[in-house]
This record gives sequence, structure tokens and C-alpha cells, in this order.
Amino acid sequence: MAFLGPNGAGKTSTIDMILGLSRPDAGEVEVYGMAPRQAVRKGLVSAVMQAGGLLKDLTVAETAAYTARLFAVSRSVGEVLERAGITAIAGRRVGKCSGGEQQRLRFAMALIPDPQLLILDEPTQGMDVEGRRGFWKAIRDDAALGRTIVFATHYLEEADAYADRVVLISKGRIVADGTAAEVKGLACGRTIRATLPGADETALRAMPGVEGVEVRGDTVLIHSADTDAVARRLLTQTPARDLEITSRGLEEAFIALTGDGAADPFDRSQAAT
Amino acid sequence: MTAQSALAAALERKPPPLGGFSPAIVRLEVRRLLRNRRTMTLALVLPVLFFLGFGLNNSYVHETAGHGNVSAAEMISIALYGAVAATATCGAMVSIERAAGWSRQLRVTPLSPAAYIVIKMLTSLVLAAGAVAAVYLVGAVTNKVSMPAYLWVITGLCVWTGSLLFAAFGLFAGYLLPSENVTQVIALALTLCSFAGGLFIPLSQFPPDLQTFAKFTPLYGLSQLVHYPLAGGTLQWGWILNLVVWLAIFVTGAVWCLRRDTARV
Repeated sequence: MAFLGPNGAGKTSTIDMILGLSRPDAGEVEVYGMAPRQAVRKGLVSAVMQAGGLLKDLTVAETAAYTARLFAVSRSVGEVLERAGITAIAGRRVGKCSGGEQQRLRFAMALIPDPQLLILDEPTQGMDVEGRRGFWKAIRDDAALGRTIVFATHYLEEADAYADRVVLISKGRIVADGTAAEVKGLACGRTIRATLPGADETALRAMPGVEGVEVRGDTVLIHSADTDAVARRLLTQTPARDLEITSRGLEEAFIALTGDGAADPFDRSQAAT
Repeated sequence: MTAQSALAAALERKPPPLGGFSPAIVRLEVRRLLRNRRTMTLALVLPVLFFLGFGLNNSYVHETAGHGNVSAAEMISIALYGAVAATATCGAMVSIERAAGWSRQLRVTPLSPAAYIVIKMLTSLVLAAGAVAAVYLVGAVTNKVSMPAYLWVITGLCVWTGSLLFAAFGLFAGYLLPSENVTQVIALALTLCSFAGGLFIPLSQFPPDLQTFAKFTPLYGLSQLVHYPLAGGTLQWGWILNLVVWLAIFVTGAVWCLRRDTARV
């Protein structure tokens, strides 16, 4: 699951509360039905934090061993290093590792207690493209084993590419929750592009669910939140052909839902241009 | 195993005993310490140099002092300086760990703050043991120190355990100060406390006002107490009071800072 939002939206604050690092001003946080600190002590929840959190004078393997000693139940150091793809640098001092290698070490440390929930806070910040790709591969391999993984990010591509579910927050509130495709649709609707000679713009606008129509010669562009229904109607009741349905990028959704004009995410008037 | 049964099994897990404390962690911490050459050199070599400089080259070193000679008293003083410098430095390393985000990282593990403090204290005791041993070893081979064998053991152990007072001081300073200047502050404080505690120059050579002031400084009580087995005479309650009060101040300060730290981070 991706936890997406612009800087200052409250991603890290939320994660801190889930991990028991800070207390909410109001209300209570429970993780698996218990206090966050208790869930951490039982090794149910672990996290890959943003930069820092490592000692330069320990080696990669020692850092993992240190962490392993702190938990009642732990997987072997060899196994987690293997999972994170850093077996080859086990003997290297942490201070001599690249940013990507350090991040993989943090990931290995988070795997030690074999947590049910793994939280990654901006996990690929400061990594180069290759490091990022390798890191996500390790994460996806791990998620395939059935662990719940929540990652906070402000990289839209990452949320789009790696998350089954995207929760979008802005100014401390959830503004969208669904699959990446649903979130995109929620903000801007989708656009149908079709060939329809002699289109009657007024009739098209009158169709249920249509929010905007643009006629460009034989081509029509229709914006709608429910493009499926519109498409069905177009194909059965009009001579429209060459239908293409495209979502706008998550980027537009992001801006639309988190920008200042996004008081009500269900107000789709801005999409009807 | 399905995800559901895996979760059910995981919910049954128990947190580790002793707040995550284990001897293996102390071993890892000690290994880290041994790797830190600058700290090791300062902790082991500096007291030995002081001892060679202050303790052995004076004309009166062979004069009797209690159950031994002046050189023995000097050795105890310098060993105490070395031991408290070691524990204070170790304690202050939490400052660096905080700056590196390691303390925060540890908070997403079962390790309790109390267990962490105990680990730090034990680690600092290992370094203090090295400092005491180094000074006593030089004392033994230079053949100027004279006191009964049992006093070597007793004073050595007193100095060693007493140095925990400054592990608390180091932790307090480590939590209070940023890592950039904690080392300098600690070094300055140690030097002043050591002079005021009479570790480098006997207090009797101070002006009277300064002697009175010195009785309220943190190393005074501890210094008098570790010298007591050698010096003999009457045990003064003021020494114990001094030690207890300063220990209370440092421990309370460290705990208070730790609380503040854990509430905020």
C-alpha cells in the first residue's frame, strides 16, 4: 500500500504514531489491537526509516546481528542479508556503504523480526535510478510472500508502479483511497476519445455521467467519472468507433486532490474543461 | 501457512525478556569500542602518561602515606582519573548515536531505554577496567609503588566501580549536549573536577577558600573514598554524602533527558 502525499502532508507523523514514536494529540492508535509500542516489542511491526539510524563503525553483518539480538524471535542474519541482496557486502563497514546499500541494510534489519506489517518511510529518497529499481525488486519479492507493506512516498511513479492500494493524504486528512487507477479516476475522471463524425455536442453533454465534451472535427473527447457507462452508450447508441479510454496521470490526480482548490475531492467540476 | 494463521501465530509472540538486554549486545558494543582507536588511545595512554609525569618523578614519592607510600596514593588518583574519563567518554557517546539516528532506530525494536542505559554502563565499565589496569600495571613494573597486595585489589575495585558515577555524568551530558561539542565539554569538566578532587595536586596545597569549595565538587567524595583503604583514619560521612548527592544529580539528569528525548523523537 502506498501512502502518498506532498511534503508536510503528515506521512511521517502518521508513521511515527503507528510505531509508537509519538503520541497523537487526540484519539488513540492501536496496531493489531494493541498499543503501538507493544506491537513493536512483539516484532509484529517494523520499519525502514528515512535516512540515518545506522552506526558507521559497525559492519553490515554486525548491524543486522545487533538488531537480531534485540528480538525474542528473529530470522537469521544470513537470511535477511540474502533477502535484501547485500550478502556480498556483509563484512563492510556501514560508513563505507553507498546510500542504496545502507537502505538495503535498513530493509534487512526491518525483516529481522519477520513482521506482519512492514512500514517504509520514503524508502528510496536519495537513491539513484538503479538502486531504486533493485530496492523495489527486493520489496516486491518480499510482499509476494504475504506480508503487508506500507510505504510513504511523494514519488507518484512509485505509488503507481508498486502499490495495490494508494491512500492519498493532504494536510493530515485522507483525500483518496483506492487502487492507483481509482485514485486517478477520482480526481479527474477519465477521458474517452472516439471517432464520431457529425457529433451532436448537446446530445453528448446530456448523457448521464458526462462532465465535459470537446469536439475536434470527427474526433470527440469526453470527460467522465464513469467512462465505462458512457462508452457502453456510445458504442450501442451512436456510430462512434475507435474508442480509447485513458486516465490522466496520477500526477494530475495528486495535484487536483492535494492542491488548494481541493476542498472537496468529489467536486469534479475542475475536470470538465 | 496462510496469512491469517501467520498473523494469529505472530500475535502470540512474546516480547523479549529484560527489555531486550543481552550479554551479546554488550559484546558487540565492546567490539565497537575497541575499534575506536582515538577513544582507546586517550582512555589508556593519557592516564599512564599522567602517572609517569605526576606520580613517579617527585622527590617525596617514597614517603609513607597510610598503609603504603605517596606513589601508591598517586597511582590511585590517576587510575580514578583514567576510569572516570573512560566512563564519561563512553556515556557521552549516546550523543553521537542520537545524532546518527541510532537511538531512534532502536526505538522501533523491543530494546527498552533502561536496558540501553545498562548496556552503555557495562560497556563503559569495560573501558574503565582497561584504564585502571593500565595505570596499575605501570605502577607495578616501575617498582616505586608500595602498598600491601590486598590494597592493590581493593583500591583497584573501588576505583573501577566508583567510576560508574561518571558514566551517569557522561550519559547526562550525552543527552543534553549536541555531539559536536560534547567531547570538549566532558574533557574540560573532567579536568576541573579532577583538580578540585585533588587527583593531580593534593588538596592541602590549595588556598583555604578553594579547599572548602573543592569539597562540594563531584570527584571529591569519590576520591576520598577510594583512597580511604590506603590512607586509613576516620571515614567521613561528608564524603559519602558528596558521592550520593552527585550520583543522584547525574542519574536524575540522565533519566530526565532520556524521558524528554523519548517523548519528542
